[in-house]
Formats: sequence, C-alpha cells, structure tokens
Amino acid sequence: MINGADTAWLLMASALVLMMTLPALGFFYGGLVQAKNILSILFQTFAIAAIVSLLWFAFVYSEAFSGSGAWIGDLKAAFLMNIERGAAHPGTTIPESVFVMFQMTFAIITPALIIGAYVERIKFGAVLLFSSLWLVLVYAPVCHWVWGGGYFASLGVMDFAGGIVVHLTAGISAIVAAWMLGPRLGFPHSTQPPHAPWMVMVGAAFLWVGWFGFNAGSALKAGSDAGMAMLATHLAAATATCVWITIEWIKYGKPSLVGAVTGAVAGLATITPASGYVGPVGAVCLGLIGGAVCYGAVWVVKRGFKVDDALDVLGVHGVGGALGSLLVPFVALIGPGGVALARSPLAQFAVQGQAVIVVGLWSLAVTFVIIRVVKAAAGWRIGRESEIQGLDFSSHGETGYHTAG
Amino acid sequence: MKLVIAIIQPHRLDAVRDALQGIGIQGLTVTEVRGYGRQKGHKEVYRGAEYTISFIPKLKLEVAVADERLEAVMDAIGKGAHTGKIGDGKIFVVDLAAAVRVRTGERDNDAL
Repeated sequence: MINGADTAWLLMASALVLMMTLPALGFFYGGLVQAKNILSILFQTFAIAAIVSLLWFAFVYSEAFSGSGAWIGDLKAAFLMNIERGAAHPGTTIPESVFVMFQMTFAIITPALIIGAYVERIKFGAVLLFSSLWLVLVYAPVCHWVWGGGYFASLGVMDFAGGIVVHLTAGISAIVAAWMLGPRLGFPHSTQPPHAPWMVMVGAAFLWVGWFGFNAGSALKAGSDAGMAMLATHLAAATATCVWITIEWIKYGKPSLVGAVTGAVAGLATITPASGYVGPVGAVCLGLIGGAVCYGAVWVVKRGFKVDDALDVLGVHGVGGALGSLLVPFVALIGPGGVALARSPLAQFAVQGQAVIVVGLWSLAVTFVIIRVVKAAAGWRIGRESEIQGLDFSSHGETGYHTAG
Repeated sequence: MKLVIAIIQPHRLDAVRDALQGIGIQGLTVTEVRGYGRQKGHKEVYRGAEYTISFIPKLKLEVAVADERLEAVMDAIGKGAHTGKIGDGKIFVVDLAAAVRVRTGERDNDAL
C-alpha cells in the first residue's frame, strides 16, 4: 500500500541526496584543489552522476536489489522492466519508482566520493571507466549484501544509511586508487594549498543539509525513525565540528574554516550507519569520537602512509564510516531514544566487525584489479606536462577563472 | 618626469591614497601582485598539512609625476604605507621618457 506522506518524504530525500553530489561534493572537493583543476572536479562529479544513473537503470539496480541470492542479485529488474506505476517497493510504503530513485542517488555519490583520492592527476576517461566498473563490481554487490537481502542482511548487520555500503567502500578504494596512481607532482613538500577555502565551506554546508535526506530518508518512511535520524545526524555533525575547532585551536593557535567543515563531514560520515539506531545523547557521543578519531586518521594517512589521498577520503569517510559501523551496538544504548538490539552488544559488534572486514577487503582487492584493467584499457595517469598545465585546460580545453575582461 | 613604482601592504592602500590626494596627486594605478622580500612567505595549515606560501599578496602602485614633485610623492607614499613591521614594501623610481593624455593629445608634464 503506497502511503502519501512516506512517498512525499522520500521524493524530497532523493532530491537532497542528489544535491550532495550536484553540487555539494563538487564544491567541497573543488575548493580544495588548485585553481587550474577546479573544472575537472566539477566535471567528474557531474559525469559520474550521469553515467551511474544509466548503469543503475540498465542493470545495476537489479544487481543490487532484485532476487534473494546471498552474494549478488539477479537481472530480473534490468532496464527496470519489472516496474509498475502503482506498485509499492516490497516491504515499504513507497512506489518502486521512488525506491529506485532514492537508491540511485546513493549509487551516484559513492564513486564520486573516491574522486578526492585521485584529483589533479588522472585521465578523464579513466575516471569514467573506473567509476563504472567500480559501481558494478564493488558498490552493487556490497549494497546487495547489506541492504538487498544478501549475506550480511541475513546476519542482521546494522548499517542504517551506508557507513559500510558508502563510506567504507569509498574510503578503502580511495587509498588503493591514490597508491596506484602515485602522488601529485611535488608531494608532499611543494603541493599547493586549497585554492578556495570558502568553496569548501559551501560544499560542506550543502552536504550537511543533504545528509538529512541521506540518513533520515533511509528510514524509507516519514515518521519517528526519520525524525530521530535527522536529529542524531545534526547533533553528530555539530559535535564533530566543535571537536575539530578545539583541536586546531589548541594545536595551531588558530582554528581554521577548512578544519571545522572537515570535522562536520567526519561527524556526518561517522553517524551515518548509526543514525537510525541512536538517540540524541548517543549521537553526541559518536560525534565526539568520530571527530577526534578522524582528525587523527587524516594525520596518520598523510604522515604515516605517505600515500597522496589528496582530499583525505580514507581519513574522513573510510575511517568515519567504519568507526560508526563498529560502534553502533554500543552508542545505541547510550541515553534515551535509541533502538533495542536484537542480540547482546558484543554479539552485534562481532557481526559489525565481520561486515567491516569483509567489505573492506573486497573493496581493496577488487579496486586493485579494476585499476589494472583501467590502466590497460584507457590509461590511468595524465602526462607530466598536462599535470603542470592543469586538468581544466589539458583535459577539457576550459579555464575556470578568466580574471581580466 | 619620473615613474614611481611602490609595492605596499594591501591594507595600507587607503592611507597611501589619502596621503597622495593630500598633496594634490590626481592619478594612481593599482595592481594586485604577489611576491616576497625579506619577509619571505608565511605558512598556512590545512587539515594538519603545512603549506609554505612564498608569494604573498601585495599591491603595486604606479604614479607618474613631474620631477619637482618626486620627493613629496615618495614621502607621501612612504608615510602612508609605513607600519614599521617587516613586509611594508619598497618604492622604486625610474625615468619616464614620455606621457600622452589620450583624450586631448596633451604631452608630457601637461598630461600628468
């Protein structure tokens, strides 16, 4: 039975989540790169949105959400041939069309998150081929395992809005991509600072608002679960923002805008898997932990790994998503408003841990293979001259900022 | 005629303009430039990574003056731009071979 209120909220939520990619992620990442690469970031997010949408329609939605296999869906919903105008998606009160659309916006943003690892030095064709293969071979299977009735769904894993499906997969694959691509010229000593910190804030602000659709929409209906998810999401983001401001203030004597908004995104990534399960106090606790741990993770990846994950996809998204996923069974119990667990916290933690490890390893291994294929088929890294010139002109024949006239 | 070229701190522009207007100088051209002198650059920190900004924003002023006004102009710019801190900038003077006011065709000192 289709419910009007539920449908209205999910229509709205789908629009909010698409906004997280177009334009939020473009601004968030675009402000962090050099001026000569701004258009390449905006273009990569835009192109990924278009290509993923068509693949989702063609067979990836079916691969993720059709059928009851433990590891992979079937092709019965390929080209959305199963869609009926009046039918609700099984187990929900929203139309199939709205469910397809809502999940599509998640499939769009996940490969787009990986952009942060390979900015300023990758071939445009490689971005498109990599994102397509990654959607088919990493995102869709994991989505099926966790949300599509697959193996981890049957174990009762708790990933409300994509700590595992979205942020962990993107974060792990990002570090693999950055490692296989090599660092930007001059890394780490003479890389250039963000060209437009204000734009990073605009992107993060759109992300924050869009995240209400992401997390509260994942209730798949309007009502108390959606309401509590929105409240938890907001509080975690606010808390992690304050954490980053505090750490930077103490450490450098000056809190930075880029740091504060990065903290917000770290808090949002961390609360994502827990957003539908925790109450307000649990959300603040998770924001505290997520903010502090992600700050440390960004530091460790930059200084320790010596891999140029340029915009900290692993440190912010991968670590935040994994951390939130592992802590769900504990933070759900803190304060009022959380959900009752189906089993003991430690037993649930074991399930969460198993999902994080398996999904992490799958993302790592499959991304490695995909990149070998992309390298052979489409090339991978642009030439030195093109990198110095900037991707905007060398890849797209355009210039982001015409300063005179 | 002389061309006075001054590199100053961006936030001293208003003071320099006021000083020049105070001695009756009518024209001034300003360009946003980046560079470094003894001040070297400065450091900025983004997400825990330190970046050395070696070229920092400055303003370049250009004023064409008659020879007899040179000292007054250098004095006005120097006073307006001065803070006493490293990075206040420099004033250069070069000989100016000719000047034309485009609207009227006036030449040299009449064009200033």
